[in-house]
Amino acid sequence: MQLAYYPGCTIKVSAREHERAALAILRELGIALREMPEWNCCGVVHTLTGENLIRQMAPLRVLARLRQQGEREAVTLCDMCFNTLARANHLARTQPDQVSALNATSGGGLDYDGAGEVLHLLHLLRDRVGLAAIRKRVRRPLRDLVVYPYYGCKLLRPTGIGLDDPEMPTLLRDLMESLGATVVEGSLQTQCCGAYLAVDRAGLVTERVGATVEQARDAGAGAIVLSCPLCHFNFATLQPHAGAPLPVLYYTQAIGLAFGLDPAELGLDDRQMEALGRAVPSQALHDLAHARGGSA
Amino acid sequence: MSEPATLVTMELMGKEYRVPSGLTILAAIEYAGYKLVRGVGCRGGFCGACPTLYRREGSHRIFTALACQTLVEDGMCLVQMPFVPVPTKPYDLHGITPQPTTLLRFFPEIAGCVACNTCTRACPQGLPVMDYIQAALRGDIERVAMLSFDCIACGICSSRCPADIKHYAVGLLARRIYGKYLVPPSEDLAVRVSAIEAGRYDAELRKLMELPLADLRARYEQRNFETVAEQHRDHSATQRYNSPMDPVDYQDELEGV
Amino acid sequence: MTIAIGANGQSGALLRRVEALSGQRLAQCYQCGTCAAGCPFATAMDVLPDRLIRHLLFDMPGVLEREAFWVCVGCELCAQRCPRGIDVPRVMEALRLIALRTRGDQLPVAQITAVALENLPPIALVASLRRQTG
Repeated sequence: MQLAYYPGCTIKVSAREHERAALAILRELGIALREMPEWNCCGVVHTLTGENLIRQMAPLRVLARLRQQGEREAVTLCDMCFNTLARANHLARTQPDQVSALNATSGGGLDYDGAGEVLHLLHLLRDRVGLAAIRKRVRRPLRDLVVYPYYGCKLLRPTGIGLDDPEMPTLLRDLMESLGATVVEGSLQTQCCGAYLAVDRAGLVTERVGATVEQARDAGAGAIVLSCPLCHFNFATLQPHAGAPLPVLYYTQAIGLAFGLDPAELGLDDRQMEALGRAVPSQALHDLAHARGGSA
Repeated sequence: MSEPATLVTMELMGKEYRVPSGLTILAAIEYAGYKLVRGVGCRGGFCGACPTLYRREGSHRIFTALACQTLVEDGMCLVQMPFVPVPTKPYDLHGITPQPTTLLRFFPEIAGCVACNTCTRACPQGLPVMDYIQAALRGDIERVAMLSFDCIACGICSSRCPADIKHYAVGLLARRIYGKYLVPPSEDLAVRVSAIEAGRYDAELRKLMELPLADLRARYEQRNFETVAEQHRDHSATQRYNSPMDPVDYQDELEGV
Repeated sequence: MTIAIGANGQSGALLRRVEALSGQRLAQCYQCGTCAAGCPFATAMDVLPDRLIRHLLFDMPGVLEREAFWVCVGCELCAQRCPRGIDVPRVMEALRLIALRTRGDQLPVAQITAVALENLPPIALVASLRRQTG
């Protein structure tokens, strides 16, 4: 299977490991992603007023380009991109007059018919590949790994765009359990990490991340598993200092480890593998870390 | 040029002038009696000093052009825009380590790009300006350098941008970083430079310099260009992003010698 | 019958503007406080979301000088839970937009430090500029 791929800016800057891991696990599952030859930033946040149409140009342009490139579907790894593109798509379908108005002022490059489709990688894994097929491909079950799946906001809300039940999601739990991991949960899984407040109110992010990490630790988690590159940045860099930070993994990296792939191919360095090993005396992870022989 | 020129009406800064058709905008402005000391430069489309904003009859759009490269049209309503302020934080190229966020560090306002494409539509060089700003946002310095390669820094893009982005300065920094840090070193160039420094071509050059102009011209006209097929080096990013350049004929320049 | 409640002799213009921009009817709010109770950033807000709505309805002065709508990142937990179907993040966005259009940028982009710019992912900068600059 081959699918068009919309990376989004952050995947190319601070979340390259998520892309590497995604491409590696998809290769194992027989799926190839083709990056769109030309693309632009989606705009990250959906504009919430009807009077700020210029802010819809970026996501609509991505969708228009997808169609101009002869594609119907595009896969994205980023929760923010997914959310923003899916909502712009909804706008294009329900208010095509707005797209026409934008197109008329922009030289014709925004001629979009609403026929594109944006898939989150988790859609692809859950609905097309299927968790059963993922389970079958597992070579090194993550038996001793206790994970706390963190959903954040944009994977779940609003209803109609989100991938799962906004209050009681099970998607990441099901996925992690199919890898053999033990899942612990808590009320903060679906609460915002502070998102872009990292720019000018980082203290609020640290407070939210700290509370979530504490809940995960109290539940016995050895790692946080998440999907969004912005959540990842916040959890990885703004975790309050109290001993060793709780390791943060993209779900793609967890899948790759369970598939028995080389941690380096998943963007996991020796330090991260060591941290994971410390968090969980898992034989499988231990083996992987030593198979690389890099921690010496 | 020998035919009698018809006159067209040009509106310059709100005032009408009758000027001969067939003139460039620059020549038409001078014909109208203006002496340009700023907003004019090479007159060859390379220096970027003479951007023009104009409207034409039958359209509500603002069009852009280089005054030295565009013929005046009947009904053209225009103004010269010789300078667009694009101040840049000072940087020391030697102190920069290229990172995906390097361009954002010097130009955070590119994060405000709304992908409206106004810059691309305004570029008199026909460059995909918005695409290189988007490449800058995602840290693809090589792509920025390549897509902005033919930028002449006229500044029209920056004057039209709703996000107040300093496009040409972004492209310039990207090309500088690309040239200093990212372009693969050329082994052929190093070999050739050391041969020149060792004096291997001194005799040959002296011979050429002593040739009479007629002989030199004959040699020039018989010169060969390497064909594209011979230039198949896969490390050339320029070739990957741009079609091979047409050989330029320097006949005009020689005539003036 | 319409009952107009206005404090300090204000005209209700801000309420009308917010309702037009957000597409929300704020009189729907029955002040249960569910939005504030679930908000991850309520403690950092100088006025809770339900109160902010009340201030708009009563035409209280100083609404646009509040910090609350800059603290809101639009995580949409409150929108998900509001029993009256009010999309509170849209109300917050409307207030941001009005403030941006009347006062100019909230985020001084030129003052973000070089270290921050080198480390922040583009996703954070783009979102911040979209929400906090005009």
